[in-house]
Amino acid sequence: MSTIGLYQYGLYFLTTAGIYGIMALGLNLQWGLSGVFNLGIAGFFAVGAYTSAILTAAPTPDHWGGFALALPAGAIAAMLACAVLAVIVGAATIKLRSDYLAIATLGIAEVIRMVIKNEGEITGGVRGIAGIASPFDANDQLTTLALVLAALAVLFWLVERARISPWGRVLRAIRENEDGSRAAGKNVSRFRLEAFVVGSAFMGLAGAFYASFIGFISPEAFQPVYGTFLIWVMLIAGGSGNNVGVLVGTFLVWLVWSASSMLTDLLPAGMATQAGAIRIFLIGLMLQVILLARPEGLLPEKSPRLIGRKHKSRKPSSD
Amino acid sequence: MEFLQLTYNGLVLGSILALGAIGVTMIFGVLRFAHFAHGDLMTVGAYCTLTFVQTLHWPVWLAALPALALTAVLAVVLDQLFYRRLRRVAPVILLISSFATALMLRAGIQIIWGPGSEVFERGISIPWRVAGLVITPDSLKVLAGAALMVFFVHLFLSRTKMGKSMRAMSDNVDLARISGVPVKRVILVTWLFAGMLAAVAGILLGVNTRLIPTMGWNTLLPIFAAAILGGVGKPYGAILGGLLIGLAMNYSVLFMPSAYKLSVAFVIMIGVLILRPQGLLKGIKL
Repeated sequence: MSTIGLYQYGLYFLTTAGIYGIMALGLNLQWGLSGVFNLGIAGFFAVGAYTSAILTAAPTPDHWGGFALALPAGAIAAMLACAVLAVIVGAATIKLRSDYLAIATLGIAEVIRMVIKNEGEITGGVRGIAGIASPFDANDQLTTLALVLAALAVLFWLVERARISPWGRVLRAIRENEDGSRAAGKNVSRFRLEAFVVGSAFMGLAGAFYASFIGFISPEAFQPVYGTFLIWVMLIAGGSGNNVGVLVGTFLVWLVWSASSMLTDLLPAGMATQAGAIRIFLIGLMLQVILLARPEGLLPEKSPRLIGRKHKSRKPSSD
Repeated sequence: MEFLQLTYNGLVLGSILALGAIGVTMIFGVLRFAHFAHGDLMTVGAYCTLTFVQTLHWPVWLAALPALALTAVLAVVLDQLFYRRLRRVAPVILLISSFATALMLRAGIQIIWGPGSEVFERGISIPWRVAGLVITPDSLKVLAGAALMVFFVHLFLSRTKMGKSMRAMSDNVDLARISGVPVKRVILVTWLFAGMLAAVAGILLGVNTRLIPTMGWNTLLPIFAAAILGGVGKPYGAILGGLLIGLAMNYSVLFMPSAYKLSVAFVIMIGVLILRPQGLLKGIKL
């Protein structure tokens, strides 16, 4: 690979990792902190991507929209659309046991993909939407990377603050002991819904960045494998509940996933069609091994220190 | 007339869903987790059958027998490799693990058999026309196969000690445990039972249409819907739920494009979860 090729690849790698990082932080808010099971990440990712794409793409007769708005407008709309969707989905399902929430969110993601595929007048159908404007000048990928990383940093700071705030402590309490939290007078459903909505908005933002960065979206990009499963692997590998761990996990898993494509490129030409399947098999196996060997992840969750209180070594109390 | 045809098609699809849903509901009843790899277990059963059909030129019903055994054993192996070790942790971890298993099975099928579509038997079979109904020989085979299987399931659950133990555990795990139900053996048999039924469901799905690596995954959602509608943990509820979901999915084409068939199953499932979470036959309370 030439130096320029390497530089281009590095940009692509980091930007995509950053986009995945945003989604992983959203999932950490939902599952890591609050125990809200979301198997429909791909659906929110898709809604964010399509919302932003329809608003920011150049006008076209192929599908609805094409308002050529700037990316910030698309990104805000993407987050709002996902938040609204999450309120609707959450209102119906947030009280359910994790298993049912998982089935329901997976279902909603599949329905969203079905709508995208079949409502060609709005979404371009299977042909997708092309010509989505990048935020600044075309081909200025470095700026896109900077923008994604800046957003990631801000969101990281927000989630980290949220984690140690009273709000985050309630979420963790609910995750650990729902009945106890309810007995303490907390509105369990409301807190869980809030975490679900905010996390889903993150996923929408990631979708907006993705659409703008790649410049083209189609339903294929939002299959559960890429849109949902990889992010779960990132979260669990890094350490569910630990924001730093989640980012480390995102980076490492994306590295392994990308490297595995280089490995399968070495396969004989006759096996080229199997390459994708081999990669998916391996990433599935990797998750199984992590679950069995180190379910807490690379950087396990730590109890947050409380804001505004210095931690002195506690003296053993006498009561 | 169209309504009658849709009813027939709905029963054919529903009987396939029912077989898948019995397995899902029993796994949930006994082990308390939603088995996301169940659809892909169906696909494995179908493709194993295909191999015997293609290499040994056996008829489908004969090829199905070793495929049933292989799928049942695979279900036990998956349990021993992955699920058994995670049982002490939260059930939700089992769910994540089964999602990974689902992907691995599907990827494995693509690696071994390729991503294209296959059929058990080539050639055209002429459909019969009975009172305005179009009935293909294949769809009759599906109905017959499913009915036979449901009959066996009924005998097993109502006449054998193991079948009764399974239902007892599904009703109340703790009560079953203290009544001396051999928990480990019941878990083993549950996997054999669910694996076999999944294989039959997959084979019948392949007979009815064709085989593609995603065929099982694509039916997972209606199968979950059927299990939830019937009452989770209730095998007879799963049969009823499967038939109702199959009918609803087919009737939906009267009102909306057929591309949205799947969403009907989903909407019913959400509706049941909100309005009557214990399902029709009073399954496990949420």
